[in-house]
Amino acid sequence: MATPLYAIRAAKNIAAQVLAVLAAVFGIFWLVWIIWTTLRMGVSSLNLALFTEMTPPPGAEGGGMLNAFFGSALMSMLGILLGAPIGVLAGTYLAEYSSKSWLGETVRFVNDILLSAPSIVLGLFVYTMVVAQMGHFSALAGGIALAFIVLPVVVRTTDEMLRLVPSQMREAALSLGVPQWKVTMQVLYRSALPGIVTGILLALARISGETAPLLFSALNNQYWTTDVLSPMANVPVVIFQYAMSPFENWHSLAWAGAFVLTLFVLLTSLVARAIVSRNKMTHD
Amino acid sequence: MNAIAPTAADDSRDLADIRTDNRFRWLVTGAGVFVLVSLAAAALSMLWGGRAAFQKFGIAFLWTDEWDAVQQQFGALVPIYGTLVTAFIAMLIAVPISFGIAFFLTEIAPKWLRTPVGAAIELLAGIPSIIYGMWGLFVLVPVLAEHVYPWVDANFGQIPFVGVLFAGPPLGLGMGTAGLVLAIMVIPFVSSVMREVFLTVPGRLKESAYALGATRWEVVWDVVLPYTRSAVIGGIFLGLGRALGETMAVTFVLGNAHSLTMSLLEPGNSIAATIANEFTEADSEMYRSSLIALGFVLFIVTFIVLSIARLMLRSLNKREGN
Repeated sequence: MATPLYAIRAAKNIAAQVLAVLAAVFGIFWLVWIIWTTLRMGVSSLNLALFTEMTPPPGAEGGGMLNAFFGSALMSMLGILLGAPIGVLAGTYLAEYSSKSWLGETVRFVNDILLSAPSIVLGLFVYTMVVAQMGHFSALAGGIALAFIVLPVVVRTTDEMLRLVPSQMREAALSLGVPQWKVTMQVLYRSALPGIVTGILLALARISGETAPLLFSALNNQYWTTDVLSPMANVPVVIFQYAMSPFENWHSLAWAGAFVLTLFVLLTSLVARAIVSRNKMTHD
Repeated sequence: MNAIAPTAADDSRDLADIRTDNRFRWLVTGAGVFVLVSLAAAALSMLWGGRAAFQKFGIAFLWTDEWDAVQQQFGALVPIYGTLVTAFIAMLIAVPISFGIAFFLTEIAPKWLRTPVGAAIELLAGIPSIIYGMWGLFVLVPVLAEHVYPWVDANFGQIPFVGVLFAGPPLGLGMGTAGLVLAIMVIPFVSSVMREVFLTVPGRLKESAYALGATRWEVVWDVVLPYTRSAVIGGIFLGLGRALGETMAVTFVLGNAHSLTMSLLEPGNSIAATIANEFTEADSEMYRSSLIALGFVLFIVTFIVLSIARLMLRSLNKREGN
């Protein structure tokens, strides 16, 4: 017969495990609910016009989000083009050049903070630095705001991926008399390329859903424009404004946009994960 | 001559390499410094943008509850209170749930289930916050307003002292709802940090405990948790930083009301939601400046929280290196 102590310990153990399983079910439950809602509402509002027509005026029927998709694509590209090169270089500095110096440690610390800093703060930063100086909202400002979100993600992954490159590769190249910049450009980058690309893809997935920073930089535009110096429509801000509006038609457009956005984000992060795991296989 | 004599061509190539090497070093160091500068510039630019508000209202800006665009009187108390309350509710829900998920994924779940569930949770952490907000507004709010809040009001609203928290009209919008949506958003982050941290515990430690007859719960509570304590706290603070600064998810469900209320059922406001809702409508210099000043307050608070998180997590990295 088990003594009371054993019985109590066993009961505690079972209770804790049941609670843990319930916690996991609780967590998964909400997430499944959210995905299911997005899927159901999104698919029912999805049609071809979404990709061929402009955002409709208040109260009008039909319409699509062509200008918003274009604006989001353009600003995300701007964000990547501005943020990724600086990010790769800064990551290179951390992994290859800083070697435990106080400056390197500080940069790494600050970068980690930037990585999880609220994006609304970066939006206000770009507002005061760019929009207030130029006097008007613009797609360029939106791209700059997104670049500040891309930057820390790329710095972090580049730093980590370069440090995964075996030091024998550096030593072998250096002992052949190859200068360090060439070792970095031709040996290290080549070896860490899949990882760096993953970082950029993760950054892309992250900025494509960012709303708050664009609210203060690119704002929105009901019409088609390709002028980067003017306000430009973009998917997240359109979703925000349409979802908060009282119009039924705008709601269904917002759901369709949300569905496309979620799909894009999930696919991008899946591709990024696939690259990482395939790369890991070949290194092992 | 057995050594190869250096020629003029070799010399100039070496020199060119040295020059390029130096330039490259400066380039990458400059990029590193750029990261530092951008964080400092973000802080300074918001201090500059909010200077009019700070000058006019002084430090009392932080605890004045007036927010009146017509009278040009602004105080940050209501948004600060809302931010703290919603983040607190979110952590109250998210921390135990995340711990449970991490416990489940590292000790209880069968091996074949661990990777897919872990990966699913991490993928879901990437869903844009605006989706959580829309879901909250269109799906969660009606459900809470019709089925949950009336019951909460009826059953808890009359209890002395704590009753005020649960009394109020069942609108569905409010700080309780915002806290819940935030919790759902934060759970994937905190649980994936906890899971990763739990996996760093050396197998021999856990095996010794099991060999002495410890139960799974005792292994997690008495071996795994003490071993990873600082990193777990770091993960919690990381989630807290996210909850404090989250904008879109709460903007949808908070209700945007500038009133100080104890009730979790009544609409409130948070720093981020106030800025997101009102910035494009701010028509005066003082209004806009006050909103930027709010942003500066948010920046300082999250900076402190995230610094603590990183310092706590750092000790883990050191241990991993050993």
